[in-house]
Amino acid sequence: MIPVCRLDDLPAGESVRIDTTPPIAVFNADGELYAIDDTCTHQDASLSEGWLEGCLVECPLHAASFDLRTGRPTCLPARRAVRTHRVTVDDGIVHVHVAAEVVAVVASEEEGTAA
Amino acid sequence: MKTVTVVGASLSGLYAARELRAQGFDGRLVVVGDEPHRPYDRPPLSKDFLTGRSGEDRLALSDAEETTELDAEWLLGVRARGLDARGRTVLLGDGRTVSTDGVIIATGASARRLPGCELAGVHTLRTLDDARALRAELGAGTRRVVVIGGGFIGAETASSCAGLGHDVTVVEAAPLPLVPQLGPEMAAVCAGLHRRGGVDLVTGTGVAGLRGTVAVTGVELADGRLLPADIVIVGIGAIPNTDWLAGSTLALHDGVLCDDGCVTALPQVVAVGDVARVGGTRAEHWTSATEQPRVAVRNLLAGHTAETVRPLPYFWSDQYGARIQFAGRRLDTDTVRIAEGGVTDGTPDEGGFLALYERDGRTTAVLSVDRPRPFMRARRELGRGVTVAEAAVS
Repeated sequence: MIPVCRLDDLPAGESVRIDTTPPIAVFNADGELYAIDDTCTHQDASLSEGWLEGCLVECPLHAASFDLRTGRPTCLPARRAVRTHRVTVDDGIVHVHVAAEVVAVVASEEEGTAA
Repeated sequence: MKTVTVVGASLSGLYAARELRAQGFDGRLVVVGDEPHRPYDRPPLSKDFLTGRSGEDRLALSDAEETTELDAEWLLGVRARGLDARGRTVLLGDGRTVSTDGVIIATGASARRLPGCELAGVHTLRTLDDARALRAELGAGTRRVVVIGGGFIGAETASSCAGLGHDVTVVEAAPLPLVPQLGPEMAAVCAGLHRRGGVDLVTGTGVAGLRGTVAVTGVELADGRLLPADIVIVGIGAIPNTDWLAGSTLALHDGVLCDDGCVTALPQVVAVGDVARVGGTRAEHWTSATEQPRVAVRNLLAGHTAETVRPLPYFWSDQYGARIQFAGRRLDTDTVRIAEGGVTDGTPDEGGFLALYERDGRTTAVLSVDRPRPFMRARRELGRGVTVAEAAVS
C-alpha cells in the first residue's frame, strides 16, 4: 500500500503520477478514484497527462483511450490493457494498493536473480 | 464489391483493412506488401528500437487474434508493379495478378538517397530492415557518425546515436533545421536541443559527396570541409512510392492525386497515407495515415465521395529526452509567442514550454516541448476550430 497524496490535493478531473516501477497514475474522475499503470501500452507516454473524460483517459501522444475501471483500451492504437490498482482513502490520504503481480515483478528485479 | 486489394502493408494499409471489415465489407480482402514483415509501427525505429530499449515484439501493429478476424490474404515480400487502366487488376512483381473490384493504394514513401549510398556504413532509416542493419553497426563500438539532414528522422537518429555514446555530427543544408515545419524562432529553439545533447550541428552547407571506396570514410561538404565518418545516416526526406503506377491512368504528381475524400479519378481506387496527395496536400504524418483510411474506405464502399477528410495536422518527435508536439496549420507570416514555460539560452527550460502561433488574433497552430497536457487541450480546441488563446493559458 503506497500513500499518494491528500484527497484534497486531488480534485475532480485531476490526476497524479507516482514513481513506482512501473509508474502508476491515480485519477479523480468526477469523485471516483482510480489507479492504473501510467505508461500507455502503445508507446511511451504518461497517461497521467492525458485527457480525462468520465471514466476514460486519452493518451496525450496518439489518442489511445483507456477505461479506468478495467484498464482496457477502448480504441486504437493501443491494443493491450494497462493494469488497474485498488485505491483507498484513509484519514484523508489517498493510498494505492499495487496489484500483486507488479509487486512480484519488482521484488524479483530487486533481488537481481531469477526465481 | 467482391474483392478489395490493399496495396501496402504498413500503418495506413493495415488501418484500411481494419476499416473495410469494420464498415461491413465481407468479401475477399487481399493485402500486398513489398516487405516480408507483418505491419509494424515505424516511429520507434529511430528511437527506442535503435537504442535497444525495445525490441521487435513492441513494433507489431497487430496480433494473431486480429489477423484471424481480418480474414485477409497476405501477399508479403512481393512488390506491386502495375495497375491496369481500369483499376481492376493489380500486377505483382513475381508475375501473379490479382483481379479486384476495389483498390486501396497505401504504398507509402521511400527514403531519398544520395549518390554513394552503396558504400558500407551508409544507411537510410525507413524500414525495419534499415533499422536492424543500423542497430547492428552501432553496437560494434564507438564510432564517428555523421547524420545528413536535420529533420525529424535526422534529429531523432542523431539523438539515439549520441545516447549510445557515439560521436555525432548533424549536417543540415538550410541555415536551420525544421524551419518549414516550425518557423525560424521555434526551429532555433529545437536546434538548441542538439547542443544540449552533445551533438555538433553544421548548418548552411550541403553535402558534395561521400568519401570511401568500399566503406565510407567521410562526408565532403559543399564548402570544402571534410567530416570523417565511420557511419553515415542519410535522412533527407522521402519520395512517394508511385513508380508502380506509371502505366495506369491515375494522375501522379508527388503522390497519387485524389480529391479530399481520398478518391482518385477512378471511383473504385482510393489512396491513403504517405503516398496520397489528398485535396492538394501530401502529409507524411503517422496521424493522417491512421485517420484517412476511415473516410477512404467509406467512399470506396459508397462508390463516390460521400465524405471528405481534413484532419488537423499533428506530428510529434522525441529527441534528446524532449518530446516535441506540433498541431495546426501555420504560415510564415504568423507570429509565435510562448504562452507557458520558457526558453533559456536558446533551449527549452527544464519544464518545457507551450507556444502559440497566431494570425489576426486567432491561434493557427500550437507547439509544445514536454508540456503534453496543455498541448493536448490546445490541440483539441484547434480541432474544434475554437480560438485557443484563452483556453491554453488559463
